[in-house]
Amino acid sequence: MRIEKRLQPSQTMVYLSPILALVLTVFAGGLLFAALGHPPLESLAIFFIEPLRDTYGWSELAVKVTPLLLCATGLTLCFKAKIWNIGAEGQFVFAALIGGAVSLQLTEVQGFWVLPVILLSGALAGMAWAGIAALLLTHFNTNEILTTIMLNYIAVNLLLWGVHGPLKDPAGFNFPESALFAEHTLLPLLSFDYRVTVALFIALFMVVVIWVLLARSLLGFQLRVLGENRNAARFAGFNSRAIIWFLLLFSGAMAGLAAISETNGPVGQLIPTLSLGYGYAAIIVVFMGRMHPLGIVLASMLLGLTYLGGEMAQIDLGLPKSITGLFQGMLLFFLLGCDLLIHYRLVLKERAFGVATT
Amino acid sequence: MDLALLENILFATVRTGTPLLLVALGAMISERSGVLNLGQEGMILVGAACAFIAAYSADSLMLGVVIGALAGALVSLIFAFVALTLISNQVATGLALTIFGTGLSAFLGAEYVGQSIEGMTRVELPLLHKIPLIGPALFGQDLMVYLGLTLFALVFWTMRSTRLGLIIRAVGENPQVAHALGYKVLLVRYAAVLFGGAMAGLAGAYLSLSYTPMWAEGISAGRGWIALALVVFASWRTERILMGAWLFGFASILHLLLQGFGYDVPSNLLAMLPYAVTIVVLVFMMSRKGAKGLFAPRSLGQPYHPPQ
Repeated sequence: MRIEKRLQPSQTMVYLSPILALVLTVFAGGLLFAALGHPPLESLAIFFIEPLRDTYGWSELAVKVTPLLLCATGLTLCFKAKIWNIGAEGQFVFAALIGGAVSLQLTEVQGFWVLPVILLSGALAGMAWAGIAALLLTHFNTNEILTTIMLNYIAVNLLLWGVHGPLKDPAGFNFPESALFAEHTLLPLLSFDYRVTVALFIALFMVVVIWVLLARSLLGFQLRVLGENRNAARFAGFNSRAIIWFLLLFSGAMAGLAAISETNGPVGQLIPTLSLGYGYAAIIVVFMGRMHPLGIVLASMLLGLTYLGGEMAQIDLGLPKSITGLFQGMLLFFLLGCDLLIHYRLVLKERAFGVATT
Repeated sequence: MDLALLENILFATVRTGTPLLLVALGAMISERSGVLNLGQEGMILVGAACAFIAAYSADSLMLGVVIGALAGALVSLIFAFVALTLISNQVATGLALTIFGTGLSAFLGAEYVGQSIEGMTRVELPLLHKIPLIGPALFGQDLMVYLGLTLFALVFWTMRSTRLGLIIRAVGENPQVAHALGYKVLLVRYAAVLFGGAMAGLAGAYLSLSYTPMWAEGISAGRGWIALALVVFASWRTERILMGAWLFGFASILHLLLQGFGYDVPSNLLAMLPYAVTIVVLVFMMSRKGAKGLFAPRSLGQPYHPPQ
C-alpha cells in the first residue's frame, strides 16, 4: 500500500475526516477501557452517552460549550491566517483575574450597568493580554507560539498570586479562593433548574458574527492570503500588521468573555483551577470544526462532552478525571492523521495500466 | 558576596539547567533534521510520570531513568508517525502531543500523587569537586547532571565532526537533495524525533526522580516550551545550548536568591520570572541586526513526501 498525491484536495475528505477521527477515537477508547479491565462497550456508553441521558445532562453540555465556543470563535480567525495563537488559555485566565477583581469591587454596587461593565472588563483584559503577543509579533517578529505559551504560564501565576494574596476571601479560612461573587454580579440563568447562563447566547451570537465576517466581508479572503504567504498579503496591499492586531485582539476579547462566562456563571468566584484547559481544548475544537462557524459549534459539543464523560468515568468507573485529556489528545492525533486523505489517496496496488517500475 | 554563596548559586544553576539542557539538545537534533516537534512538554510529562511509577514500583532509580527515556521515545513515535508518515501539519501535531502527553501523564500518575521516593544522591568526583567556585557545580552533582553533560559532549561531537551530523544537517537543510544523494530522509527524521523523545523523557525522569523526587500533575511547568525557545536562542548551535540552559537555569533560581536576600516579593510573582525572561530573550534575539533567518534549518517544519 502506498499513498499518491491527489490532483485536487478532496472536499469530501475535509468533512469526512473529523467523523473518521471520532470513530477511531471511540475505537481506541474502547481498547483503553478494555486494557484497564472495564467492559469496553458499557464504559464507552458511560463516557459518551450517559452524560446526555436527560435534559440536565444537555444543559451541562451547554455550560461546557459556552467557554469552548467563545474561545474557538477567536481562534478560528487566527488559525485561518495561520497566526498560531496558543494563548487563549492565558487570555482566559488573565481576564478571569481582572473580571473577578471588578466583580468583587462591585459587590455593594447595584445598577443595570454592573454586568455590562464586568463583561467589558473581561473582554478588555483578554485583549490586553493578547495585545502583548500582538505587539511582540508585529514589532519584534517573535514566534507567537512561544510568546503566547509563556504568557499562559505568566497569567496562571498572576491568578495564583491573586487568590493567594489581594483577592483572597478574608472569611475563607485561608483557602486560596476569592469570596463568592454577589448575586447581582452573576450572569442571569436561562432557567433556575439549570446552570446555563445568557453567555450561551453571547457565544452563539459571536459564531454568527464570525460567520458574517468570513462569508460576507473581505476579511475571509484576506485571512486566507495572509495564511498562504505573509509577503503576498503585503504585495496585495493589505496591512497585515493591522490584520494581525485585529485577530489577536478579537480572540483575546473572546477568551475574556469566555472567562466571565465561567467566573460569573457556574463557578461564581475565583479559584486556582479556574480553567479546565478550555483555551487548549478550543484549539482542538477549531481543527475538528474545520475552521467553519457551524463546524466549531458541533465540535465544541463533542469536546464539551469529553469533559462530562471524564466526570462520569470518574464517578462510575473510578478512573481519574484526566482521562478527558487523553480523549482530547487522541481526537486531535486521529484528526491530523486522517487529514492525510484530503491531499493524498491510498493506493492498494499498482494499476494494471500504470508504468512499470523496476 | 562570599565564595560559598557563589558556589551555591552555580551549583543550583547547573542543577536547574540540566532538564532544559536535555530537552533542548533533543529538540535541536529533531529541528536540525527539519522536524519541528512542539510536543516537548508532553514528552517530558510522560517521561516523568513513567519514570516515577517505575522507580516507585521496582524501587530502582536506574530502572526509572531507563523507563522514562523509553516512554518519552514511545510517545514521540506517535508524533513521528502522524507528522512524517501521514504528512500532517507539524505545529498542530506537536500541540496534539502536548495535550495527549499532559492527559496521559495525569492519567497514569493519578494514583502516585503524594507518594515520595528517595531521590538521587550526589556523587562527588574525587578531588575535582574541591575546585573552588566551579567544583561543586560541575563535579559534585548527581548522576543525571553528569549524564546531561556527557550527552551534550556527544551531541556536540556528532554535529561537529561526524558523518551522521552531516547527514542530519543535509536532511534538515534540503531533503530533496539529501534524498537524491541516497539518504533515507524519513528514516533520519524518525530517528531524530525518537532521540528527542528519549531526551525529553530523560529530562522528565530527572524532574521526578532527582529535582523534586515526586510526581505531580504538570511537574514540567513549561520547561518543554522554554527549551524550544532555548533552541531559537542558541541559533540551533550545540555549544550555545549549554550556555542557554545555564542562563535559563539561573533565571529559574533568581527568585530563591531574591528571597534569600530578604526581598519580600510574593512567590507566585517570582515564579513568573523564567517565562518572562524567555520572552525577553526571544525579543532580544529577533531584534538583533540580520536576525532574519537566525540560522534555522531551511526545511524546518515543512512536510516532506519522498518521491516514488
